[in-house]
Amino acid sequence: MTQQDKQLVPGGKAADRMLGPPIVMIEKVCKSFGENHVLRDVSLTVRQGEVVVICGRSGSGKSTLLRCIDQLETIDGGTIRAAGHLMGFRERNGKRQPLRDAEIAVQQRDLGMVFQNFNLFPHISVIENITLAPVRILKRKRAEVREEARELLKRVGLPDKENAYPRQLSGGQQQRVAIARALAMKPKVMLFDEPTSALDPEMISEVLDVMTGLSEQGMTMIVVTHEMGFARAAADRVILMHDGGIVEEAAPEKFFGNPESEHTRLFLSKILHH
Amino acid sequence: MNWSWDFFFAYLTNGLMLRGAWTTIWLSVISMIIGLGLGVVAAMMKMYGSRALRWIAEFYIWLFRGTPILIQLVIIYTGLPQLGIRLTVIESAIIGLALNEGAYLAEVIRSGIMSVDKGQTDASRAVGMTWRQRMWLVILPQATRTIIPPLGNQFNGMLKTTSLASVISMEELMRSAQMLAQIEFRVLESYTVAAVWYLVLVSIWGLIQMRIEAHYEKPFGPAAAVSPEARRDLEKALEKAGPA
Ligand SMILES: Nc1ncnc2c1ncn2[C@@H]1O[C@H](COP(=O)(O)OP(=O)(O)O)[C@@H](O)[C@H]1O
Ligand SMILES: [Mg+2]
Repeated sequence: MTQQDKQLVPGGKAADRMLGPPIVMIEKVCKSFGENHVLRDVSLTVRQGEVVVICGRSGSGKSTLLRCIDQLETIDGGTIRAAGHLMGFRERNGKRQPLRDAEIAVQQRDLGMVFQNFNLFPHISVIENITLAPVRILKRKRAEVREEARELLKRVGLPDKENAYPRQLSGGQQQRVAIARALAMKPKVMLFDEPTSALDPEMISEVLDVMTGLSEQGMTMIVVTHEMGFARAAADRVILMHDGGIVEEAAPEKFFGNPESEHTRLFLSKILHH
Repeated sequence: MNWSWDFFFAYLTNGLMLRGAWTTIWLSVISMIIGLGLGVVAAMMKMYGSRALRWIAEFYIWLFRGTPILIQLVIIYTGLPQLGIRLTVIESAIIGLALNEGAYLAEVIRSGIMSVDKGQTDASRAVGMTWRQRMWLVILPQATRTIIPPLGNQFNGMLKTTSLASVISMEELMRSAQMLAQIEFRVLESYTVAAVWYLVLVSIWGLIQMRIEAHYEKPFGPAAAVSPEARRDLEKALEKAGPA
C-alpha cells in the first residue's frame, strides 16, 4: 500500500475529519531483544488527526512498536520521525548520531503515552501528577498549570479528585488521570498501550469515552487495543501485527468485513468468539 | 551495697553529662547527614556509574564495611598526622562516622531505588524527564519510603556508635561519663547515667521515627483510606495486568 492509497482508504473516519500532513513516519524499523526479532521492517505513516488502532495477539510486538516510537526502547534499524523529530538521533551531513538522554527527553515531551498499568506517580496527589512535568520540566507557572490541570480533570470526568492519591482511585479513574497527565504536556501525538486491558469490564467504557472525545477533538492517536467497538467507532485505520510485522492495514469496515490476511480472519474469529 | 541514688540523680543533670548528651546528638545528626550524602553518591556510582566509578564505590563500601569503626577513627585521628594530614577531634569523629555510615547506607539506598517499579521510569521518561529529573522527582521520593525504616534504625545505631569516638577524646556522652567517673570514683553511677541518657535519646528518636514513617506512608498506607471498591479493583487490575 502506498502513502497515496492510505489517504484514500474508503469509509474511514478520515472522511468526516480533516487529516493533516504525516506526523508519524516509521520506516523499516527493526528491533531485537537478543536473538528475539521483535520488530521486522515495520513501516507506518500516521497523519495529523488520524486515529490508528493496532491489534494482534500477545507477543506480536505492539508494545515494543509504541515504546520505540516514544524512545522508551532504542531501535536497531530504520527511522522514526514523530512530531517533527527524528526520534533518538540527530542528522548531521547525512550522518546519524544517537542523542543523549537529555536530548531524547526533549523529543519525548511532544509525545504522550498511556500505559496498561497506568503508572501514575503514587507518592503525589492527582493534581500533582498532572502538574509535575509542566511545572518542573517546562518550568511553566504553577498557578497557570494548575488551572489547566483542573480543566483536564473536568475533561476526563474527575473534577472532584484533584487532592486524592492514586491509590484511592479505581482503575478506570487512574487511567483517566494518566490520560490527563499526558495531555498536560500538550503532546502532538498520543500513544495508548492497551489502556483498558487491566480494567474491570464496567470501567472500560469510561476510559474509551475519554479517548473517543479526544479523537473527535482532532488528537493524533495510535492505540493498541482489543476493544473492537472502539476501533469501529473511532479508528481511521486498523492494523494487525503478527510476528513483528504489519500484516493487515485497512479502514475499520474493510478490516472487520473483508480482511485480506488469513491472520486477520483468525484473529477476529478468536476475538469475536471470546 | 554501695549504690548511691544521690550521685545517680546528681549526675543525671550534671553539666558535663548534659554537654555530652548534646554533643552526642549533634555529632550523630551531622555524621548521619553527611553519611547519607555519601551513601546516595556511592549507590548512584554503583548503579549507574562507569566501570571506574563502580569500582571506586565497591572499594569504598568493601573497605569501610570490612574494618571496625574503632580502627577507622583511630587511623583518621592518630594515624593520618604521620602523612601530614592533621584533623581536629571533631573533624576526625565526623569524618570517621560519616564514612562508615555512608558505606552501610549505600546498600540500603541501592535496594530502595531498585524497589521502585520499572513502570515509574517509563512514565517519567514518557513525560520527558531527563535522568536527573526522574531520579529527583520520581524515583528517589518513592525509594525514600523503602529507605526510611532502615535509615531510622541506622540512626538509632549511630546514636550509640558515637560512643566509640570517646577513644579519640571526643567529649560526647561516653567520654563525659568516663571523666565523671574519675572525679569521685562513682563508676557505676556515672556509666549508668550515661546508659540512661542513651536510652532517652534512642526512645525520643523512636517517636520521631514513627512520625516520619507515617508521613511517608500517607500516600500509600491505610491512612489514605482506600475505598473497598477501589481496592478490589486495584487487586483485580494488578492480577490481570500481570508482569508489565
Ligand atoms: N525488555 C524486553 N526484553 C526482552 N524481551 C522483550 C522485552 N520487551 C518485550 N520483549 C519480547 O518481545 C516480544 C514482543 O513483546 P511486546 O512488544 O510486549 O508484544 P505485545 O505488546 O504485542 O504483546 C515478546 O516476545 C517479548 O517477550
Ligand atoms: Mg503489549
